Amino acid sequence: MIDTKNVKLSVASSPHVCSPVATRNLMLDVLIALVPALCAAVYFFGPRALTMTAVSVLGCEFFEWGYRKLMKKPSAAGDLSAAVTGVLLAFVCPVSLPYWTLLIGDFFAIVVVKQLFGGLGQNFMNPALGGRAFLMMSYPVAMTTWVLPGKWAGIVGANVDGITGATPLSNDFMHSGLLPTGVTVKDMFVGNIGGCLGEISALMLIIGGVYLIWRGTIRARVPVAFIGTVAVLTFLFPKGGVGNVDWMLYNLFGGGLMLGAFFMATDYVTSPVTKMGEIYFGIGCGLLTVFIRYFGGYPEGVSYAILIMNVCVWLLDKAGKPARFGVTKEMKAKAKADKKAAKEGAAK
Amino acid sequence: MKLSFYGGVHPNEHKELTCTKAVEPLREAPAQVALSMSMHVGAPCAPVVQVGDQVTVGQKIAAPTGLGAPIHASVSGKVVAIEPRPSCGGGKMMAVVIENDFQNTFASELTPHPDYEKLTAEEIIDIIKEAGITGMGGAGFPTHVKISSGIGKVDTLIVNAAECEPYLTSDHRLMLESGERIIQGLKILMKTFALDKAYIGIEDNKPDAIEHMKSLAGDGIEIVVCRTRYPQGAEKQLIQRITGREVPPGGLPAHVGCAVFNASTAAAVYDAVVEGKPLTQRIVTLTGGALAEPRNVLVPFGTPIEHLIREAGGFKETPDRVMVGGPMMGIAQYDLSACTIKGNNGILCMTRAEAAEHVDNATCIRCGRCVNVCPMHLTPVYMHMYAEKRMWDEAEGLNLMDCIECGSCNYICPARVPLVQSFRMAKFEIRTLAMKRKAAAEKEAKKA
Repeated sequence: MIDTKNVKLSVASSPHVCSPVATRNLMLDVLIALVPALCAAVYFFGPRALTMTAVSVLGCEFFEWGYRKLMKKPSAAGDLSAAVTGVLLAFVCPVSLPYWTLLIGDFFAIVVVKQLFGGLGQNFMNPALGGRAFLMMSYPVAMTTWVLPGKWAGIVGANVDGITGATPLSNDFMHSGLLPTGVTVKDMFVGNIGGCLGEISALMLIIGGVYLIWRGTIRARVPVAFIGTVAVLTFLFPKGGVGNVDWMLYNLFGGGLMLGAFFMATDYVTSPVTKMGEIYFGIGCGLLTVFIRYFGGYPEGVSYAILIMNVCVWLLDKAGKPARFGVTKEMKAKAKADKKAAKEGAAK
Repeated sequence: MKLSFYGGVHPNEHKELTCTKAVEPLREAPAQVALSMSMHVGAPCAPVVQVGDQVTVGQKIAAPTGLGAPIHASVSGKVVAIEPRPSCGGGKMMAVVIENDFQNTFASELTPHPDYEKLTAEEIIDIIKEAGITGMGGAGFPTHVKISSGIGKVDTLIVNAAECEPYLTSDHRLMLESGERIIQGLKILMKTFALDKAYIGIEDNKPDAIEHMKSLAGDGIEIVVCRTRYPQGAEKQLIQRITGREVPPGGLPAHVGCAVFNASTAAAVYDAVVEGKPLTQRIVTLTGGALAEPRNVLVPFGTPIEHLIREAGGFKETPDRVMVGGPMMGIAQYDLSACTIKGNNGILCMTRAEAAEHVDNATCIRCGRCVNVCPMHLTPVYMHMYAEKRMWDEAEGLNLMDCIECGSCNYICPARVPLVQSFRMAKFEIRTLAMKRKAAAEKEAKKA
């Protein structure tokens, strides 16, 4: 039996129990939810999709480890957040992008966007989207060369001659209000289209997103508000001669909307924490996405929409601050009236 | 009417360790008890006995000096010391130490009133006061003050039998084994408040207790089945669940016409009024993975924690921490010679594997889970950011003082940020700052 006299006891502030879900579990859940989309990418773009993702993950983990080692900070590689960034950045690049370009994007995402601002939890924009924005500006041609589905680019040197083409969201279509010929809504739903590596299959992304919501890893508010806003706007204001529903579905399944709504806009660090804040954030992302797609210089608006909303998060959380417990409408009105009276009294 | 509260968490209950174990008296009475003079909210009591005095069970040994309730001897024997003793709330508190003569002689100034119907409200309040009854759910607010300040304002009486803390089963067993005492106690309270309607809130993880209480309830008492969701048993959340009313910030339940009594308190009211027994003992759940034999026992106040650990068969595994109360709000102990007080409903001995994980330099990932579980509609993530930067005014602006320290945010945090610890510190700093400013303003006013 253990003596009660000489037992060593830990002392801590309550609570003395914690939920079994730790940061690492959440990140692992996100990685699991991205697997279906990765499968679709490998199916349509070949094994290079897999090697691109692997290189990006290793790159992100390496830059994170290296930066923290260099700066003599405790290692954070175990939390898997860099791995999530790695997968997401690979997913928003064309499969034919050279590995070295991808690694530059990884470096920018991890070191500049994330670690320079203090590491996990401190960055003000989504690292993967920050990395993509950087690559878009630095290597615009490589970043908009779309391999066609079913045409596999080589694993080592991606020779893209003759296997590229326009995506349903390229300038030719979206801005002019035309739909691509020969691409059906069903093709767009399953992912039989050109585009970024991980964004093509709406079906697989929705499966992953539903998994995350079911697990409680993400809350449904942001994706529902985001996708809902895009759906409503595109349904109400179709372009060109196509029907409202067709135009809406092309918009929902095309581009990075599903990837953005389920996996990027729900990034914990760069999205609001309050209930109303999340809804405002989702609506904002949806509005900006449609505005950029309709009126912007880029054919695709999801990534910039999210990046712009990222920097508004603090404001949105202030606006979405929950109603104080125990304060009724009458009490609020009275407090307001009192304040006004006090102000007038002071003025006199 | 809103029939739930916002947020909350559902930790692993672990109630199966003790929920089927009937309450038993201690196998071996403690050789010595130390009765703390601070068993309740308010000013400490002053001893009315001297070293060397012979005392009997139920004899008044200390009287309140301000807000408080008298304290009675829990064993018979000789007063051997009046000195500071380790307190289960931390630090040392003045205590009357009684050496047990194991005779268990009982004598009380209270007279039994089986015909309590004839008593006036004032008489009942007086008996409750003299019996030393304080809230037995943990906070320990003197019951007679709650009643006398609430009469006329209160239209809804609630008995809190939610027992939402994991591991604890003392109220559960009390309901099963002496539910009629709770009902009778509640009827006495209803008479005192001149109300003919009252509620008993029970979480739905105790179906046997719900069934039993429903069979006993009778007219005017409604058993409200609440979903099992921590902190259902927090006063404000229980009121919200049962009446749909929200207690205003800084307010008391009486502000929304409610008075809430713990199930054990209601039973103690019955004991005092009908049987003439002052409050000297209570049911305590001895539990946790580190104990050889978890059980529910009837414990005289002032029994040392180490004695209770021996009663539960001692440690079968090395404990990581021992706490008084449940795992969500219990107080971790560093000295097992500390003694129990009126509000102690459990002694929990957890192993390393059961206890919360500690992370150095925990990194918040802003996941927002804390905001989603806060039953007080607060934003713990931002409150913690301000508290860490010692920005007390900004923290207060986020209504940090509304925090009930239930621990839901801390429990759910995947990064293991010690949120409640941070808010406790912030509350202390905000109060200190307010006092300093008040003093400075008064000084200024004097000058002018």
